[in-house]
Amino acid sequence: MTARAWNIVGLVVVAVVGLGFLVLTPRLVELDTVLELTVYLIMAILALSLALIWGYGGILCFGQSAFFGLGAYTYAIAVFNIGESTVPLLLAIALPAAFASLLGYFVFYGRISDVYLGVITLTVTLILFNSINSTAGPEFHIGSARLGGFNGIPGIPPLNIPGNRSAVIDLEGMFYLATASLLIVYFGLRLLLVSRFGRVIVGIRENEQRAELLGYDSRAYKLATFTIGGALAGFAGCLFANWGSFVSPTIFGLSQSAQIIIWVIVGGRGTLIGPIIGCIGIQWLGTALGANQPSGSGSWANIFSNVPLVLGAILIAFVLLVPKGLVPTLADWGLRILRTRLPALPQRGADRVESERPERA
Amino acid sequence: MDLLALLAIQVLYAVAGLALISVGLAIIFGMMRVINLAHGEFLMLGGYAAIVATSHGINIWVAILVVAPIVVGAIGILVERTIIRFLYGRMIDTMLATWGLSLLLVGLTTAVFGNTTVGISAPLGSIQIGAYRTSAYTLFVIAVAIAVLAGIFAVLRWTRLGLIARGTMQNASMAAALGVNPPRVYAVTFGIGAALTGLAGAVLAPVSGVFPTIGVAYVAKSFITVIGGGAAVLSGTVSASALFGTINQIATFVTTPVFGEVALLAAAIVLIRILPQGITGRFFRRSL
Repeated sequence: MTARAWNIVGLVVVAVVGLGFLVLTPRLVELDTVLELTVYLIMAILALSLALIWGYGGILCFGQSAFFGLGAYTYAIAVFNIGESTVPLLLAIALPAAFASLLGYFVFYGRISDVYLGVITLTVTLILFNSINSTAGPEFHIGSARLGGFNGIPGIPPLNIPGNRSAVIDLEGMFYLATASLLIVYFGLRLLLVSRFGRVIVGIRENEQRAELLGYDSRAYKLATFTIGGALAGFAGCLFANWGSFVSPTIFGLSQSAQIIIWVIVGGRGTLIGPIIGCIGIQWLGTALGANQPSGSGSWANIFSNVPLVLGAILIAFVLLVPKGLVPTLADWGLRILRTRLPALPQRGADRVESERPERA
Repeated sequence: MDLLALLAIQVLYAVAGLALISVGLAIIFGMMRVINLAHGEFLMLGGYAAIVATSHGINIWVAILVVAPIVVGAIGILVERTIIRFLYGRMIDTMLATWGLSLLLVGLTTAVFGNTTVGISAPLGSIQIGAYRTSAYTLFVIAVAIAVLAGIFAVLRWTRLGLIARGTMQNASMAAALGVNPPRVYAVTFGIGAALTGLAGAVLAPVSGVFPTIGVAYVAKSFITVIGGGAAVLSGTVSASALFGTINQIATFVTTPVFGEVALLAAAIVLIRILPQGITGRFFRRSL
């Protein structure tokens, strides 16, 4: 089979699994599990936003949670003021995208290198966290929405069918919406990446100087990638605000940013399915560890139920031992086994874009 | 007049605090090009080391000035040997691994010390400036910052150790050809950077208290100070902390401490846009 055929098989598998999941899950499991799964899927959209800009665009953004949080807050504030949810939804995508393009213009057109970009995005996230956190008083409000500071904004009205304010979405509807959105974002990104634009951004990731010498303005391409990533993260934030009908400044927090990075690195940079798997797996792990709070038992149980500790250990282990991430590593193993069984198998590795690249200082 | 003197002390204190928390990072980043995102946790560990030592009956000055740097320096060397040394030249990967380390240390200290703020009361009383009072400990922090910076200058400029360190950072293979052992130099440099960070954490512990996630409050400030300062370890740290500390303190004076921090961070982003190589990328280029 050729690489193209493998690709099509992969897409069909994802589509079948995704659609099956969409249709069957609410019929097979309890409602609280559906609720749990919904937030996993919303976060998976967030993971995909970083998978695009880091895994394919080569832009390491430590502040993806800034766009996520901005989306959530924008939706919350706008929906309190407007009531009907269509415009708030669009705003929750547009505002983070605009913010991302502003920040991106600042960074990419300033020719600020990768590493500094990481620190700047981290700083911006902290600025947002500090500012929002300190707006607890009643004097901080936008229109009729009180910002609430560290208390967050509770009781956010849910999405409704466009044009019909009384037809609000219920919990099961939220699951369908999240799953469908994830599938659409996934296939949309696949489409984007096989387009000319996608090829160029991967080319820039591989060798920015070469791409520029071939006549591509890498600044503009990076800016566009970053903006799309911001829009996706904002969309995920909007869904998240809907899911819990609550936002608080912790979604800007560093641990949230760290989680997104961990999902992508565990799943694998340079793939789309990897970060989804990484995201769902890590979140499931976090819930499982947090749920097993020991009742005064030994200190070892105490340590293993400590989510930051386990996540930190996972991150270190993956950077040191599995730097490519799970999906690319497993794919390599699978191919190696296949190749020893069937020596005639064509070299697929040459067709796949390597996720490793030389670092620049 | 008295108010002006008080404001001057506050500004100096803000500058000294920034310089203290950044200088360890500046050494690790400026000399080894390693971005240590666990820097805030090293500060936190310094604070805990001082507090634990004090509660075991060790004199508070010994705990702050001797025990904390030694403990955190040892931890730094351990980290360099077990994690960092595999990642030299892979800047992004060091960032990620040290971020993992940061989460790990936060988790570990939460498990050991609990998620509460512990503190030691600031020694030294207060001093009178006209109608105002300020803590004498403020002056101590300023003095420590000056001593640390002067010490680093002296070591880098005049000692054989400093010469070897600077040479290895400029050209490791040439230094190796001349008989230097670069891995050892890296380990020692990382250890010294960590020790200074531990010292800073301990010095600031009586002011701010210590809790497991306190590193977050420090890490962004120290990073932008180092990056705003640019490649030169000393003049970069000093100039950037002078600039950012003044902005922070004046904004705090006019509005609230939170917006003082926000002003600091925003100023840093603008500075990096104007001077991507930091202050010493444009000015004081040939300094240490």
